[in-house]
Amino acid sequence: MRMLPVLTRLAWRYLWRNHRRTIIMLSAIIIGVWAMIFMTALTRGMVDQMIKDGISVMPGHVQVHNPAFLDDPSVSNRIAISDEQLAARFDPAGFKAWASRVKVPAVITSERESRGVTLLGIDPAAEREFSFVSYDDVEGRFLDSVDDKGIVIGMKLADTLDTEVGKRVVLMSQDPDNEIADRGFRVVGLFKANMPSFEEAYVFVGKRVAQKMLRIGDTTTEVVFLGDDYRDVDPTFERVNAAVDGTLEVRRWYEVDAYLGTMLKVMDGFVLIWVVVIFLALSFGLVNTLVMAVFERIREIGLMLALGMKPASILGQIIIESMMLLAVGLAIGDLLAWATIVPLQGGIDISAVAEGMEMMGASSVLYPKLYWNDMLLANIVVLILGFLASLSPAWRASRYEPVEAITKVG
Amino acid sequence: MRAVRCVDLCKTYRQGDQDIKALDHVSIEIEQGGFVCLSAPSGGGKTTLLNAIGGLDIPDSGEVWIGEQRIDQMSKGELADLRLSSIGFVFQAYNLIPVLTAQENVEFVMQVQGISAAERRDKSLAILEEVGLEGLESRRPAEMSGGQQQRVAVARAIVSRPALVLADEPTANLDSKTSDELMELFTELNEHHDTTFVIATHDQRVMAYAKRLVRMLDGRIVDDIEQNAA
Repeated sequence: MRMLPVLTRLAWRYLWRNHRRTIIMLSAIIIGVWAMIFMTALTRGMVDQMIKDGISVMPGHVQVHNPAFLDDPSVSNRIAISDEQLAARFDPAGFKAWASRVKVPAVITSERESRGVTLLGIDPAAEREFSFVSYDDVEGRFLDSVDDKGIVIGMKLADTLDTEVGKRVVLMSQDPDNEIADRGFRVVGLFKANMPSFEEAYVFVGKRVAQKMLRIGDTTTEVVFLGDDYRDVDPTFERVNAAVDGTLEVRRWYEVDAYLGTMLKVMDGFVLIWVVVIFLALSFGLVNTLVMAVFERIREIGLMLALGMKPASILGQIIIESMMLLAVGLAIGDLLAWATIVPLQGGIDISAVAEGMEMMGASSVLYPKLYWNDMLLANIVVLILGFLASLSPAWRASRYEPVEAITKVG
Repeated sequence: MRAVRCVDLCKTYRQGDQDIKALDHVSIEIEQGGFVCLSAPSGGGKTTLLNAIGGLDIPDSGEVWIGEQRIDQMSKGELADLRLSSIGFVFQAYNLIPVLTAQENVEFVMQVQGISAAERRDKSLAILEEVGLEGLESRRPAEMSGGQQQRVAVARAIVSRPALVLADEPTANLDSKTSDELMELFTELNEHHDTTFVIATHDQRVMAYAKRLVRMLDGRIVDDIEQNAA
C-alpha cells in the first residue's frame, strides 16, 4: 500500500506519455464498452417486450386451471368453482390484480369468411391490468361489462372476415356435453395490438355472455394473477397455491410458456457471452498496447529496479496502468451508452423488418432497456479480463534484470 | 571501517562463440569514506565490477561484501532492499525517469523508502539547491541539459545519505566545465558527508579527483595506487 501513490502516479504519467496510442486504445475500449451495453439493452428490451406481450395475452404472472385443461383446453375441463366462490377465496388474499375468464377455442364467421380464434370471455374491469389491448385505443368501443352483448375483434381479423364495427358475426364452440354452442354478436370494437398476430388470434366477449353461450353456469376455465415483477413471481405463486385446493393446477408464467421462460434464462447467459466476446477482441489491442509500453521503457524499468524498486512493484505499476486505461474507457463508454439508450427508450421503430421480428415473437417497436446489473456485469467482466490480459506483459516487465534492462538498446 | 570487500570475483560472459572474462579473480577492499576510481579501457571489467558491488550483477564465483553483509548470495528482493537503503547510483545515461519532474525524480527513492511527503519535499528541495538546480524543480528531464540531468541523478543518489555511491562514467556525456563541477560536488560530498564513492571511468580528469586509482585490464586489477586528489 505504501507504494500505491508512486505507482499510481507513474502509471498515469506513462499512460499519457504516448498520448496518441493511448487515445486510440481508449477509443477502442469506449466503442467496445458502448457496444456491449447498447446491444445488451436492445436485446434486453426485445426480450422484455416479448415476455410482457406474452404475459399480457394470457398468463398474467401466475395461472390456475383445471389440470386436464392443459391437454384439452375445452369447457369440459373448466374450473368447477363459481365466480362467487373464487372471489371469496382470492379477494381477501390481497393480490395486486386477479381475473377469472373463459378461454376456449372457437370459430368466428362473418357473412364471407370463417376463422379459428381463441374466445376470451372476460370481465373488462378486472382484465384491464392483464390485457394487451388498450381499451381507449379501440375503434368503436371496448366491452363495458360482463353482460355486454357485443364482440371486440382485432383489426386484422376484421379485414380477413371482411367485417366492421356494427356488423354481426357468429361465434361457434362446444358446450360441456360436446354439443355445438353458438351465438351471434354485433361487432362493437376493433382493437390494435403490438403483435399483428394477436389481432387475428383473439376475440373478446362479456364473461357472462360467454358462460351463457357455452352453458357453463358461472364457472370459468382460467384464473390469472398479477404480482409486482414478472422476474420474481414466486411470492405470488406461493400465495395462490395457499389459496386454492389441491385439485387445481397452479403454474408460473414461464411454465405456461416455456419458450418465453427459456428466453429469459438464455438472455442472462447471452449477455455474459456477448460481453466476453467483445472483450476478447479488445484484449488483443490492450495486450499489444501494454507490450509496446513496456518495450519502449525497458531501460527505465531497469533503472527503477537498480534504484531499489522491487519486481512486484513493477508488476503492480503495469497492472495499474492497464486498470487505469480500462477504467477511463469504461467510464466514458458507460456514459456514452447511457446517453444513447435513454433517448431511445421511447421505442425504435423497426417495422421494416417487422415480419422477421414477429416470427420470433417480438413486436415491431424495440424499447431498449438499460439494466444497471448488465452495466455492472460488463464493467466487472472488462476489469477482471483486463487484469488477466495485463498479467503477461506486467510479469515480463517485472522479470527484467536491472543491468540487462539498463543497457538495452532501444 | 570497510565499506566494500570483493574476494576473488570471476565473471564470464558468452559473446557469440567466445567466452569473455569480464572479471578474472578480482579482489579489492574499499574503506568507508574512500574515493576510488576504477579505470580501464572499454571491456576492461570496470562496469562489471561496479555492478557486482552494487548487487546489479551476480558474479560466477567469489564474494562481495557491503559493510558486514555478504550480498552475492542474496535474493533479488534482499538486493533491492540493500540498494534502496545503502547504495546510490549514478549511471552514464538514462539516469532519470522521464515522466517525473526533477523534484519527483529526487523524491523517487525516498518515496519507495516510505519517507513522509513533507520530509521528502524538504530534503529534495534542499539537495536540489545544493547541486545548483534551485528553480528547476518542476522541469522534466527532457527540459534540462545533460549536465543538469546528471546533477539531478547525483541529487537522487545522495539525498538519502547512502553509505556508498556508485557512478558509472558519470561525465561521459558532459562537457569539461560541467564534468569539473560534478566532480567537485562529489569531492565535497565525500569530504563533508563521509560518503564512499566508487567511480568507473576512463576520463583522465575524473581520475585526477580520486584519492585512489585502480586500473583494470582484461578483467584483472593491474594497478592500485593512492594519490593526492586534485
